[in-house]
Amino acid sequence: MKQVFAKPKALNDEIMHYCPGCGHGVAHRLVAEALDHYDITGRTVGVAPVGCSVLMYDYFNCDIIEAPHGRAPAVATGMKRSRSDLIVFAYQGDGDLASIGLAEIVHAANRGENITVIFINNTVYGMTGGQMAPTTLLGQKTTTSPYGRNFNTDGYPIRMAEMLAPLEGTTYVARMSLDKPVNILKARKSVFKAFEMQINNVGFSFVELLTICPTNWGMDSMESIKRIQDEMIPYFPLGVFKEKETEDYI
Amino acid sequence: MTEQKRILVKGNEAVGMGAIRAGCLYYFGYPITPQNEIPEFMSRELPRHDGEFVQAESELASINMVLGASAVGVRSMTSSSSPGISLMQEGLSYLAGQELPAVVINVVRCGPGLGGIATSQGDYFQAVKGGGHGDYRVITLAPASVQEMYDHTILAFDLADRYRNPTMVLADAVLGQMQEPIFEHGDVPPEPRKHWTLTGAANRPARHLKSLYLKEGELEAHNRMLQEKYREIQKHEVRFEEYDVDDAQLVVAAFGTSARIARTAVSRAREKGLKVGLFRPVTVFPFPGMRLCSLSERVKKFLVVEMNTGQMVEDVRLNVKGDTEVEFYGRPGGAIPTPVEVLTQIERHY
Repeated sequence: MKQVFAKPKALNDEIMHYCPGCGHGVAHRLVAEALDHYDITGRTVGVAPVGCSVLMYDYFNCDIIEAPHGRAPAVATGMKRSRSDLIVFAYQGDGDLASIGLAEIVHAANRGENITVIFINNTVYGMTGGQMAPTTLLGQKTTTSPYGRNFNTDGYPIRMAEMLAPLEGTTYVARMSLDKPVNILKARKSVFKAFEMQINNVGFSFVELLTICPTNWGMDSMESIKRIQDEMIPYFPLGVFKEKETEDYI
Repeated sequence: MTEQKRILVKGNEAVGMGAIRAGCLYYFGYPITPQNEIPEFMSRELPRHDGEFVQAESELASINMVLGASAVGVRSMTSSSSPGISLMQEGLSYLAGQELPAVVINVVRCGPGLGGIATSQGDYFQAVKGGGHGDYRVITLAPASVQEMYDHTILAFDLADRYRNPTMVLADAVLGQMQEPIFEHGDVPPEPRKHWTLTGAANRPARHLKSLYLKEGELEAHNRMLQEKYREIQKHEVRFEEYDVDDAQLVVAAFGTSARIARTAVSRAREKGLKVGLFRPVTVFPFPGMRLCSLSERVKKFLVVEMNTGQMVEDVRLNVKGDTEVEFYGRPGGAIPTPVEVLTQIERHY
């Protein structure tokens, strides 16, 4: 019988610990497909964040290091500057990247480090049990915004892709959503493009992925997907915010 | 033997020279007084050696850049001064937990808080007791001359690699800013082979560097393994210097710049006929406690001199025999004891 679907070679057979419906499984798969497509698993090093996906080293067949909370872009910088032949990617959640690690992501982007950052935006701190993230939407109830996020006291949700795109150092900045097959295919293309930028030594590439967290949203998977479409995409618009050509750098 | 030329350099420059001599071509740092000559030297020299200099956005970032560089197997370093070293404690804890070698230079200034840019030894506790969260130790060297700023930097890379552990050179503002003639001598121990680096899983299973252990018992076992390593370090890497201790009734114990000052005071005391010696820990972790213990069998009294309000004195008291008297003289907050002050203390306690 002809095999028509398989797991990417860059992922192993370990059973993932993620909750039912969690977006990390799909996001991991897109990264793994990119590693397979460019045949770079053997020279790739991933940087795991602090958060649910810290355990990503259990699932990938590439070398992976743990970074302190928020510091993945700095760790990735140290790796890539010392071994420019390696492909280095950081995989970070919204608390990690947009709160405690804001300085690290902005400056790595601004220096134009030739690394790839995959940013998982699910508007909540997952691993610690659903606290308010910098990306939590206005009115969204979390365990630390029990009356809903209020801009008077909590400020506004941060749009990271829009923040990084204007920096001269970034070469590819996109926001995609993992809510339905057509968008997942677009996200796949973006993740591929981000790695391609690094392989071609073009510079800093960044893909934000809108994902669901049914556990901490207190919704089932279908309701969660609907929330991405009804609430998240209107505030976090999808698209490619910046794409430089290789030639721009030569 | 080839004739060696002495050159006059600042302590901070000697650190940079020693690092490059040790094969460190990757420097990550953030400006802070009184250590700025180190990043300035590295930013000038590393491009000439095909290395990389990155001025990080903060000390948090610099220590984590070092962590990344270390993970891919190269020798890398950062340097800072006290407030910046405080910010690096998170990274040092991760380096220790992941067993990654790294060299950190602390050109200590005075605190607490913003404190001042004058010299101090107020970071002793932070350096030798771990400093960040969790049970861990940083190998800590205490230079007392510009020559040792050079030598200890080279030694730090060797110890860091051999024990897969962060290693700190605990200097101070005087040592960083002072100019002295040094020899750039040749011998650098060969870099050990590293079987644990993240360089791509092309022809082997994937490797992970981590400090998170969630399965029951794993983290306790990891901690016990780390403690075993620290015991090995204590067994093999203690270094100290003694001066006139053989017949001494009173021994002054001091490290770094304080030891330089105390040595002058000890010489003057000898000229006056007092049987006084100097004990200088060269490694402050591992602390030369066993040697102090055996000295205390015949030395009546110890006088600990520090540029703080009393930190190493606690380690001296922990190690000498129970009934040995241990006196302390310290100047905190940027004040430097003079040889006359130390001599007065010697005469007072002799």
